[in-house]
Formats: sequence, structure tokens, C-alpha cells
Amino acid sequence: MGQRLYVATRKGLFGLDPTEQGDWRIARTAFLGDPVTMVLPDERDGTLYAALNLGHFGVKLHRSEDRGASWEECGAPGFPTQQENQRIDATPTAHSVHQIWSLEAGGGDEPNLLWAGTIPGALFRSTDRGTSWSLIETLWNRPERKKWFGGGYDDPGIHSVVVDPRDSKRVLVGISCGGVWVSADGGESWTVQTSGMHAAYMPPERREDPDIQDPHRLVACPAAPDVLWVQHHNGVFRSTDGARNWSEITGIKPSNFGFAVAVHPADPETAWFVPAVKDEHRVPEGGKVVAARTRDGGKSFDVLRQGLPQEHAYDLVFRHALDVDPSGEILAMGSTTGNLWVSENAGDGWRAVSHHLPPIYQVRFASS
Amino acid sequence: MPEVKFTQNLERHLSAPAIEVAGATVREALDQVFERNSQLRSYVLDDQGRLRKHVVVFIDGELVEDRIRLSDPVEPGSELFVMQALSGG
Repeated sequence: MGQRLYVATRKGLFGLDPTEQGDWRIARTAFLGDPVTMVLPDERDGTLYAALNLGHFGVKLHRSEDRGASWEECGAPGFPTQQENQRIDATPTAHSVHQIWSLEAGGGDEPNLLWAGTIPGALFRSTDRGTSWSLIETLWNRPERKKWFGGGYDDPGIHSVVVDPRDSKRVLVGISCGGVWVSADGGESWTVQTSGMHAAYMPPERREDPDIQDPHRLVACPAAPDVLWVQHHNGVFRSTDGARNWSEITGIKPSNFGFAVAVHPADPETAWFVPAVKDEHRVPEGGKVVAARTRDGGKSFDVLRQGLPQEHAYDLVFRHALDVDPSGEILAMGSTTGNLWVSENAGDGWRAVSHHLPPIYQVRFASS
Repeated sequence: MPEVKFTQNLERHLSAPAIEVAGATVREALDQVFERNSQLRSYVLDDQGRLRKHVVVFIDGELVEDRIRLSDPVEPGSELFVMQALSGG
């Protein structure tokens, strides 16, 4: 047992272990050929979960009790069957889960509880380790949901679920494009909290509308959960009061567009980003892959490029494809081109672990 | 009784042997299959019981028309083939 890095890709799941030589090697593969959209190593009981998006046969969830050596299919989130006269959505596929886009463990005092965010933008909860799932209807039935729209995908989706380590009933979700929603009561009621965010892709009078904001990724500092970081479609935003107010961070280089953000587990002032050319281009600036790091809450940034390709590189790092380990020193980053890089000095230098993986959706460290 | 057969591609994920069932429509025939093999349901139908977007069903070589209610009639000697569509994937 020890640290492991999981990499979920378009063509399977890979588990990498550190070697005595200071490198990382692939120790385990699973679901080769199948899209793995999300992996969750549940640190509470050691269960490993993998969400699949089978092209023809739908969304599936599997779990493993032995770190991925063997798997069993469990239940996948699904919508309740609707009567035809209850269908409020115009699109025929709106009430069917297309993709599991986020998967998180509940609090330490909620054993067996899992959260899943999906495309379309629904939140589901399981209280039995994924055997069965319930739609959080209090969020799905919000009238504001009709204002949400897809960003990158045809339908809106929930890509980020944050459970407050101080209070498991406090849950935050990030929706592309539907804002940041906060529950203080375990999902029984919700408020949208985007004060300070703005969206340049909307007409002027709608730019501050909370229900159309596109937070690409939402993370909280585990040691200071009221400090939240968002890589938004239109820049980087930070809250220091638990999402009540957001401040735009303007000094990030080389661009303020990107998808991923990772925050230091102990230091809320330190966060990492992977900037790219905005909107439809979605390639690194100048063909140079870099990460950006702040250590002062966003006042200044270091551009980190040592060990990363600096010529004709067109890697995009998706929103879940950057992670930091519990020490805050080891980072992993995976790209659409199948490059996987690891840094063991907080991003100062990077080493390519593989150039040949399938397109990477997510990287995630597990400590057990 | 109608016989329902499944694409071999499903075998990568779960067992889906050919099976003879009663039923006068595609829905009735498939429901009988899923009674005996409940895990198979979510591979063929979506959350609302419609055929998955990239799954097709043939009755005696003809593509079913009603992908939502699955009301196409099935004869006692019919052969149903559940396939993956060439779209998607």
C-alpha cells in the first residue's frame, strides 16, 4: 500500500505507483478501450470507484475493493421515470444521464455516502456505496435550471462537488453553465452564489446573472474551506467567505482562460492553473505548455515551464486533469494529447511520465 | 415464441445470451428479457425506458420504428436483434 495516481482516460483507467528510482510507472490498467469519465478513491474505506461512459450502452459505475485488481458493477445514477405530460424539457434526451462528470465522497461522519454530478446538470446521492442513487430533486426542480446551458457539451453539467470537511451538510456544486450552488442542509435547499463573477459571453444586461455563470472548475482548500478557487470561462475568481463574494484574479499569466485549478491542501493562498488560449481555440499560448502558480492568494503568479514542451505543443488540460497530493508538493497533470506529467517540487519542474496515454479526462491522487 | 438476440459486443460487459420470450410488442418482449437479466436493461434502454440513442432493434431484419414506446408488433415466430448502431461510440 502507498500513494497511487489514478488516470482516467478516453480508453481506460490507469493506476500509477511511485518507483524507488523516483519515477512513476503504470501498475494497473482497467476498462481498456472504454471511456472512464471519473475515478474516485474513497479514502474513508479504501473503495475505488470508476464511472464509465460506454458509447452505445450508457453510463455505468464500477467499484473495487482491492485497488482496481477486480471490479463489480454497481448502480449508476439515473432519473426517475417521468410521465409524458410531466416532461418539461424540449430535448428528448434531457432526462437521461449522459455522463458522470463528478464523483465525491461524503464527509467522514457519513460513511457510504457518495455524491455524483452529471450531464445533464443533476446531482445524485448514494447512501450505500453506489449500489443505488437518488436524484436531488430540490436542485433539479429549481426554476432557474431552465436558464442553464451547456458549455463544451450540449447540456449543462455538474463537474464539481465540494463537501465541507467541517460540516458534511454543507455542499457546493459548480455547474457549466449554471453558477455555483450552495446547500447548508445536505441538499434539502440551495442558493446560487456567484456575486462578483461575470460572463462576457452574455449580453451586457445578463453578464452578472448567477444562473448562467460558467465556473469550469470549483475547488476548496481542505484546511481552510471558506477559501474557494474557480477557473471560470472568463477568468479566475476567488472567495474567502465561503462563496458569498467572489473577487476576480487578474494577474494570471499567460492567459486567464483555462479549465483546471488545484489548491494546496494546507495553504489557501497557493493554487495552480493551466492557462490556454480562450474560447474556441483551447490550445496552449504559443504552443508552449505551462502551469501557473500563485502563492499569495492571486496577487502574483509564477509561470512554470521547466520540463514541459515549449514548441508546437497543443495539449489541453481538462478541468479534472490537474491534481495535487496531500503534501502539496506532488502535482500531476494530464492532457488531451495523452501526455502525463508529474512534478515533485510544487510545479517548479515537471517530468513526463508518458507521452502515449489516451486522451486524459482526470488525474487523481490516492493515499491508500 | 419470439427470440431475442443481442450483439456480441455486449459480451465485453455482461452476459446477454439469446432468449425466447412471450410478448406481442418489442416492449413486452424486452421486459421479459429484463425480468430475467435485470442488469441488461440499462445497456439497452435509457433512464426513461427509451431505446438508447446508439442502440437499434431489428424485427426480422426490419428496423423498429417506435424507439420511445417500443410498440412495434412482434409475431410469435419473430426474431429480434438488439444491435449497436454505427453512430456514436
